[in-house]
Amino acid sequence: MAYLELDRVAKQFGAQTVVDDFSLSVGKGEFISFLGPSGCGKTTTLQMIAGFLDPTRGAIRLEGKDLIAVHPAKRGLGIVFQSYALFPHMTAAENVAFGLEMRNVPRAERAERVRAALAMVGLAGYEDRHPRRMSGGQQQRVALARALVIKPSVLLLDEPLSNLDAKLREEMQIELRQIQRTIGTTTILVTHDQNEAMSLSDRIVVMSQGKIEQIGTPQETYERPASAFVSQFLGKTNDFAGTIDRAVTPSQLVAGSWSAPAPAGLNGAVTISIRPERIGFGDAGLSAKIVTRIFQGNHWLFQCDSECGPAIVIRQNDGTAQPAEGEAVRLTWRPEDMSVRARAGA
Amino acid sequence: MSAVAEERGARAPWALTAPALMLFVGVLLIPLAMTVMLSFHDWGQYKGIEPVFILKNWKEIATDPYYAEMFWRTFRIAILTTLLTAVLGAPEAYILNRMSGRWKSFFLLVILGPLLISVVARTLGWALLFGGNNGLVNKLLMSFGAIRSPIPFMFTETGMVVALAHVMMPFMVLSVWAALQRLDPQIENAAMSLGAGPVTIIRRIIMPQIMPGVLSGAIIVFSLSASAFATPAIIGGRRLKVAATLAYDEFLNTLNWPLGAAVATLLLVALVLIVVGSNALIERRYAEVFR
Repeated sequence: MAYLELDRVAKQFGAQTVVDDFSLSVGKGEFISFLGPSGCGKTTTLQMIAGFLDPTRGAIRLEGKDLIAVHPAKRGLGIVFQSYALFPHMTAAENVAFGLEMRNVPRAERAERVRAALAMVGLAGYEDRHPRRMSGGQQQRVALARALVIKPSVLLLDEPLSNLDAKLREEMQIELRQIQRTIGTTTILVTHDQNEAMSLSDRIVVMSQGKIEQIGTPQETYERPASAFVSQFLGKTNDFAGTIDRAVTPSQLVAGSWSAPAPAGLNGAVTISIRPERIGFGDAGLSAKIVTRIFQGNHWLFQCDSECGPAIVIRQNDGTAQPAEGEAVRLTWRPEDMSVRARAGA
Repeated sequence: MSAVAEERGARAPWALTAPALMLFVGVLLIPLAMTVMLSFHDWGQYKGIEPVFILKNWKEIATDPYYAEMFWRTFRIAILTTLLTAVLGAPEAYILNRMSGRWKSFFLLVILGPLLISVVARTLGWALLFGGNNGLVNKLLMSFGAIRSPIPFMFTETGMVVALAHVMMPFMVLSVWAALQRLDPQIENAAMSLGAGPVTIIRRIIMPQIMPGVLSGAIIVFSLSASAFATPAIIGGRRLKVAATLAYDEFLNTLNWPLGAAVATLLLVALVLIVVGSNALIERRYAEVFR
């Protein structure tokens, strides 16, 4: 049975629909990311789970019980805010202890749990610091300890890492994943950073304009994007216009001078999506000319001008010779690496 | 850098601030020093001011209970006014801050509006409403038989506190408002998600954070109320004098400039001590919130 369930949840502000028809089942202990550009409704959905906003339609259930009827203060969810929202007039320990105080946890047990929570996020010894005397990363950890110490049924993270610099963000990602694995709290992360979503989550919910575009594991959403939006949003991708020719036997999928046996189900004009790192240089295939070649350490990035429009190719720097700028090449890929969709408007 | 250039560099700030400094010295420090000097001069009904150095005026203020009562009343009124503006102004600012866009700007204008009207006009308004038998409110209430005699307002300390609080309210509201702007917009949600109810949120989370705003507002209101002239002069008149009206009377009616100067100097020194002292206390107590 689903642990946390959102059933056709919608939110309207006046005439504007911010979230529409949002259905999701979250299993206990799962790490879910809501991924999408700003304004896609991911934070609104999170706030509805938290109880700061009431859905216009739909139901939210936690362990089968209606969550919307529960006052936000009684939901028992742990929330880490983008701005951390720490209490600046309290020390780190007092911040963490606040939730326990509200639950009337006895003083001795409270002190022990606060100490353990701060130790878990690597802040042992910082008990008496005030938030404004701490770095962004440390404040982030206090906020996480404060949310986790109450043993929340669900941990909600609202872009918690977006205010940290790149290196610290990576460290915190690893740490966040480890902590979540250790204590097994069901977690929902809101983010616009696809790398963050992919490296942390069990499943990703890709959202655009208030609607779910795709729900799937990081691999699924990356390898098998359900829509053009998903393939564009999750990393770089090449979209080539192709056609499926059912007149010949066996039927063929053709893009420029590249062709392969046609997949079942589709007909006529299609779009072929292929990740840049899945394209290789071969003897036959899409003919292209390399416009620029950029060396990026562990890989090469090629921008090509192909007969089906611009193309990006990424090749691992494995020591083999790579084509030079201006060179004519043939782009080829395995049919199982691409995804094919009917081309809209064609 | 050469020694000459370095010297020029060191002099530049002085040269740049010189005009403002000269103005400051000319219109503030010199008159102030002269007032302090004046308070040590002698004065007589027929001989006028004698530029000698005596402690007569200071002795008179220190020994005559009339002056003690005057200063005590001045500070009592200032403290009560400060309390009243804090008790009304802090919630007012909080409510204002929670209003949505259009209402917020409208009510902010309502609160700041009185600042555009002269203090004299505003205080005279109170006199029109409550001034004796002809005061509008008094007349109305008496015609209904709700009260028999006019509500005592004019020439009372209560009236003075009410009128002063009205005049000072914008300073308190603005000061608390500024503190509220520094609050994390998610802070109440954060407290709520941890299980805090509305009363706890205000008492444990909001109040401690806006306290510096309330206190700096209190310092402004207190010092302005203690040295206020127009409102006490109109509401209190000659019957209920405070330090500022007393100094005025000594200067312009009794023509005892040295005594007036001593009263003014004492008021200034007392105010500076109180303001600087409480400011230091607040900064120490709320060091973490101020950072």
